[in-house]
Amino acid sequence: MIELHDLTKRYGKTLAVDGLSFQVPPGVVTGFLGPNGAGKSTTMRMILDLDRPTAGRVTLDGKRYGQLSEPLKYIGALLEAKAVHPGRTARDHLLWLAQSNRIPERRVDEVLALVGLTPVARKRARGFSLGMGQRLGIASALLGDPEIVMFDEPVNGLDPEGILWIRNLMKRLAGEGRTVFVSSHLMSEMAVTADHLVVIGKGRLLADLPMPEFIRRNSRSAVRLRSPEPERLLDVLAGAGLRHEPGPGGSYEVVDGDIATLGELLTAHGVVLHELSPQQASLEEAFMQMTADAVEYHAGDGPGRDAAGAPGTWGAGWKANGARPAAAVRQEEN
Amino acid sequence: MASFPAILRSEWTKIRSVRSTVWTLALTFVVTVGIGALLSLLTNDNFTEFRRNDPSPFDATGTAFSGMMLGELAIIVFGVLAIGNEYSSGMIRVTLAAVPQRGTLLTGKATVLGTMALVVSLVTAFVTFFTGQALLGPHSTTLGEPHVLRAVFGAALYLTMLCLFAAGVTTMLHNQTMALGVLVPFFFLLSPILSAVPKVRTLAHYFPDYAGSRMLLVYEQHGQPYGPWTGFLICLAWTLAALVGGALVLRKRDA
Ligand SMILES: Nc1ncnc2c1ncn2[C@@H]1O[C@H](COP(=O)(O)OP(=O)(O)O)[C@@H](O)[C@H]1O
Ligand SMILES: [Mg+2]
Repeated sequence: MIELHDLTKRYGKTLAVDGLSFQVPPGVVTGFLGPNGAGKSTTMRMILDLDRPTAGRVTLDGKRYGQLSEPLKYIGALLEAKAVHPGRTARDHLLWLAQSNRIPERRVDEVLALVGLTPVARKRARGFSLGMGQRLGIASALLGDPEIVMFDEPVNGLDPEGILWIRNLMKRLAGEGRTVFVSSHLMSEMAVTADHLVVIGKGRLLADLPMPEFIRRNSRSAVRLRSPEPERLLDVLAGAGLRHEPGPGGSYEVVDGDIATLGELLTAHGVVLHELSPQQASLEEAFMQMTADAVEYHAGDGPGRDAAGAPGTWGAGWKANGARPAAAVRQEEN
Repeated sequence: MASFPAILRSEWTKIRSVRSTVWTLALTFVVTVGIGALLSLLTNDNFTEFRRNDPSPFDATGTAFSGMMLGELAIIVFGVLAIGNEYSSGMIRVTLAAVPQRGTLLTGKATVLGTMALVVSLVTAFVTFFTGQALLGPHSTTLGEPHVLRAVFGAALYLTMLCLFAAGVTTMLHNQTMALGVLVPFFFLLSPILSAVPKVRTLAHYFPDYAGSRMLLVYEQHGQPYGPWTGFLICLAWTLAALVGGALVLRKRDA
């Protein structure tokens, strides 16, 4: 199991990773989500001991990466596409890699077949398309038949067919009981592949929870109510036993409320309404909201929060619902 | 710990599977032998003319090794490419993820590189010598003459050390373009120019190329600061320093 303990990386003035602590649960696909520049690639490089942490550490089943004697048999990674010498054939690339970890040569041909590169095995990598380069990178990751695979933005720049292939591959790998740790800056990509989700923004942990839990927390709908006589509005809601949360600009939001029922109820009580509107938030919006918070937190500007209250997006109360409890879940799980 | 023989096999596969590196090594042989042969032939045909105002004894070994300059260039490029192409392609990260013990990795690389360079250099040196002598006809020398065998082995050791020196410098700079940009002007402009300037010359006499090439001399030269074996040790010290420097940088740096 991969465990990060208070991992921090600073490049000059840039704090790329800021006190990250989480564990990658075994046997499932864990999505590592964050906007560009959030520190995903840096974190992955530190997991492989390529970049040295400024503070904190990573352990793999309790060991440091450098203590693994033949690491490819334990963890396989695809970091950037085309980290291959253009003048070397696909097969030779996998061959030297296999030899370095005493992996039998026949495994080279197995992984070439697995990723569908057998026909170009003896072609030099110079002529490979992005998709073929990506497949070769995945073949290297799978070479040692590792328990853990780690992919950094594997679908970037791929055509839809390639994207589908990678999604299915990750599901299959997890189905075989392997741990899959995959990064992306797209919520939509994670939603279809990940069982567990770790969200970071500006190098900090924003959420660490099972995907169904993330969806449950973040895809609810609400009805937003705004009235010039808020006391009466709240009395009626309380009388009907409806829970509400403060919305932006002095409004209130009834989570999972039915808009028709609420309209009739408030009309029956003669409450004047200035707004009665449905609010829907997609996972994408939940993600953007979460990471926008991180940006604001670091910039230290309070007023920016209200921008989130624009119609159709998340209100202030929703933010509290979306981001904070996610962190709380992590606490409970630990 | 990673298995050292496994690292050696892997690095051997790496070097032999890229054409550019194999070619530079082949080029070392071709230019050293070829130019030496050409100069030997010309010298033989125009011996009296070439030697007219030269009071020093004729150096048949040195004539055969006239192509060393270009041979040096080729083997330096080989050393740079063998290390540097991992940095230019980003493959260094794949390598280090496979073999995280960086000091051991560089030792393995240097062993494979050094062995290949030594084998090719030995073959080059002896073929160069014998071809040259065959073409020098009546003016030729033999391995049995004083210092000749040492000079031939010296040529091979010198080429090998230059290759490893270049590999060490490339690891320190972790960039093959920069390594070529530093090494080529250093050896082929700066060092020859400085060793021709009075005063500064003393400094240039301790550069790896001047020191290493002392081993090729069969006859004492006027004003020579030290002998062939001191030259060998100076060149070796440069080579080891470059490799140790490379190891320190590799171990410390983010990949
Ligand atoms: N080698 C490096 N040197 C300097 N800054 C870096 C380096 N690698 C990453 N960064 C910076 O660290 C931050 C995080 O980058 P990265 O880990 O690549 O993010 P992500 O993969 O999530 O897009 C960015 O601001 C990036 O510019
Ligand atoms: Mg990235």
